Amino acid sequence: MDIETIVNFSLLTMLALTVVVLIRMKSLLAIVLSSGVYSFLSAGLFVAMDAVDVAFTEAAVGAGITTVLLLAAISITGRRQTVSKHKRFLPLAVITITGAALIYGTLDMPPYGDPMAPIHTHVAPHYLTQSSEEIGIPNVVTSVLASYRGYDTLGEVAVIFTAAVGVLLLLGRTAKKGEHK
Amino acid sequence: MIADYFNYWVVIVLMMMGFYIVISDSNLIKKIIGLNIFQTSVFILFISMSKVKGGTAPILIAETDLYSNPLPHVLILTAIVVSVSTTALGLAIIARIHRAYDTVDETAIHEQDDLQDDN
Repeated sequence: MDIETIVNFSLLTMLALTVVVLIRMKSLLAIVLSSGVYSFLSAGLFVAMDAVDVAFTEAAVGAGITTVLLLAAISITGRRQTVSKHKRFLPLAVITITGAALIYGTLDMPPYGDPMAPIHTHVAPHYLTQSSEEIGIPNVVTSVLASYRGYDTLGEVAVIFTAAVGVLLLLGRTAKKGEHK
Repeated sequence: MIADYFNYWVVIVLMMMGFYIVISDSNLIKKIIGLNIFQTSVFILFISMSKVKGGTAPILIAETDLYSNPLPHVLILTAIVVSVSTTALGLAIIARIHRAYDTVDETAIHEQDDLQDDN
């Protein structure tokens, strides 16, 4: 086994363990912080899988901003979690059946790291061979994001704008109702 | 065999654990965290598919011709930002629910709704 495989295996195992611990936790503060740990571990995994741009976005946005938002939310709503009785059997049955179906689906997928997988033989070679001529910057991810697929990024900005408007409307209304009370 | 599919299988385990939190936990904030775990596991699935054995990050250099696929990276960059937007919106809705019901526990919210219906 080479070093890359070992790093990959251990990071994935640590991710799974983090979520197992997170499910069993009762304190919301501890849960939020372990979800931050989970995001950082996945950022490490992205570096191991050559996705450096994704890794720093996940570390900054996923682990940073999401954790801050969650901390702000529990500071408003309180960090104690009321323990209520709920049935465990039905959710467990649902996830077992869904998980088994998904694992059956993966058996048709090309093996991990296969250079001849269909995903690597369609448009990706064009981007890798032509982008330095057509766009002129060495980072192919940036070329695709800002130029070839610029409209997708525009759509992303529209999503962020809509979410920001939604948050402002929801929270702004709350403040006004508070004043009238 | 195991090394070929290990990434996909761990991703499915993570996905199902996130899904379990969403459907079994009654705390709304923990549900949002479960949703985040689910989303991140999908990101790992896509990035796993983009990896080429022996390849390097898709930043063009003279020393090599073998790069990992940049296309899923772009897709997931967009998805990460969208996931933060949805998380923020979900948490704003939870803050609003907390203002109206004074709780973020689903069971307690349903109890209050039932009481109102009876009156």
